[in-house]
Amino acid sequence: MTATNPSLDLAGGADAPPARPRPGRSSARAGETRRKWFEIIGLTTPAVLVYVTFVLVPMGFAFYYSLFRWRGVGKPTDYVGFDNYVLAFQDPIFLDALRNNAIIVFGSLVIQGPIALAVALLLNRNFRGRTVFRLLAFVPYVLAEVTVGIMWKLLLADAGTVNAMLESLGLGFLVQAWLADLDLVIWTLLFILTWKYVGFAIILLLAGLSNVPEELTEAAQIDGASWWQIQRHVTLPLLAPTIRIWMFLSMIGSLQIFDMIWVTSVPAVRSLGASATMATYMVDNGFFARLWGYGNAVAVILFVISFVAALLFQRFLLRRDLQGAITGRAK
Amino acid sequence: MTVTANAVPSTSAKRPFAWSSPLTYALALAVAAVSITPVVYVIVGGFRTTPQIVADPAGLPDPWVWDNYARVLTRSDFWGQALNSGVIALGTTLGVVLLGVGAAFVLARYTFRGREALYTFFTLGLLFPAGAAILPLYLMLRDLNLINSYYAVMLPQIAFQLPLTIVILRPFLSAIPRELEDAAAIDGTGRIGFLWRIVLPLSRPALVTVGILAFVASWNAFLLPLLVLGDASLHTLPLGVQNFSSQYTSDTAGILAFTSLAMLPALLFFTFAEKQIVGGLQGAVKG
Repeated sequence: MTATNPSLDLAGGADAPPARPRPGRSSARAGETRRKWFEIIGLTTPAVLVYVTFVLVPMGFAFYYSLFRWRGVGKPTDYVGFDNYVLAFQDPIFLDALRNNAIIVFGSLVIQGPIALAVALLLNRNFRGRTVFRLLAFVPYVLAEVTVGIMWKLLLADAGTVNAMLESLGLGFLVQAWLADLDLVIWTLLFILTWKYVGFAIILLLAGLSNVPEELTEAAQIDGASWWQIQRHVTLPLLAPTIRIWMFLSMIGSLQIFDMIWVTSVPAVRSLGASATMATYMVDNGFFARLWGYGNAVAVILFVISFVAALLFQRFLLRRDLQGAITGRAK
Repeated sequence: MTVTANAVPSTSAKRPFAWSSPLTYALALAVAAVSITPVVYVIVGGFRTTPQIVADPAGLPDPWVWDNYARVLTRSDFWGQALNSGVIALGTTLGVVLLGVGAAFVLARYTFRGREALYTFFTLGLLFPAGAAILPLYLMLRDLNLINSYYAVMLPQIAFQLPLTIVILRPFLSAIPRELEDAAAIDGTGRIGFLWRIVLPLSRPALVTVGILAFVASWNAFLLPLLVLGDASLHTLPLGVQNFSSQYTSDTAGILAFTSLAMLPALLFFTFAEKQIVGGLQGAVKG
């Protein structure tokens, strides 16, 4: 266990105790306070250290590097100010990537939300074999992005299964170059992402549904409400916080989407912008083309967009939920 | 729970809750079909030969061939990659649970100035897209000489998994009744003893939940290993699948078999733990 480590006793008892010791018994109290801080610091320091080092510090460095033209060798010296940012917003490929991210963010919310809600309400009903159906509905979400990407890449190839099945069903006119058509590819990707991630929404909503007290639905039932009425007037309002949390997580995930796009899309199509996202654009340019300064500028843009979106979401939609739901002890 | 539901007589036509109406089953079957048909196709496709697949992409194996699976399973790099994935996922899980419990316990059971600030500080991490930090992260790991080591994947994964872990664990640890802590104190057990002997056993479901989430996230991770594990002997399964599929593009049956085998562990793992995950998330999404 993360035992108290003496070498981590940075503050010791020197810090002002937050709970004021009662006068009279101060020495025993001081010892207790001292030990309390000892434990607090010992238990939290490892987490704080790892978190700061690998989450916060890199973002700081990203901003620093983004101000240079730098190929990643030696120390960055060619200071260019905000030129990299200007360049990014002048690159039509990056603008395409931004548009694609927007499509994925809104497409995911609009398509996955209703589907997940319907499936969650369905799988929340009591019927024999429910557990098995739940498991099956979660399968796409559990699979690795890479395996799902390769699977769909094979299925949707020009001479792949989907096109072959369309032919054999007499629907040959529907045959498409699903992943190579520049106008179509982003919608194909949106379909694959929906298939993959709707299970996540279902898991969250089912967890939320299990918190809806049975007494409430039973009471409504006794009052003669129909199943639909109960869902509409009892369950849904109680589920609203969970829905908002899902929307939030889905939005952040969509903004930084990488794996599936990277694996599924053809590099040539991606380099034309048709299937690029901010994250694939960043890795293509920063890591593989070794434009480290530029890539880091894109990273900062991606971060700022996510952060602002998250703050706006919190400000307008999530505020109440975070107070009630995530902060643990109710006041 | 299905049993108790069925024990309730529900034959009356007035009841709108027909527990197992045909419509419910039809819809549930449709959901299941959409979810697993592509997966079944991949697994079954692995039992065909590439010429069979080319001739009729949507057909069934005829005859069934084990050769593809045998080929993948006898490749030493498949097992090496599975081992790498396993070691990294276990290390990540262990790290996340240890560090997460420590921080969440303090945030849940101690009253001190700056507690909510510390909590906000951690939850801020939920807003940090792991993808955005990947380039500077790579540079930092390179400067620390950690590139091409398990640590290069485990440490950042632990760090990025901590916020979610703490958000899930804290309400669980808070919910443990105060009386238990007082009783432990009266028996002369300090708070560390309370954590060790009472809190940890009681919060096992939540620990399992965050552990599974960390394990599956690590097992499936692609971007970070892609950048920091250049050495092929350290490659994880997702990298292996991706390499195999781009290296042997014409061996469709082989790709299907490799992909199926890479899917299997996560599927099995999740099957055994699904209840835990949904149960464990309840605290976090409490309305």
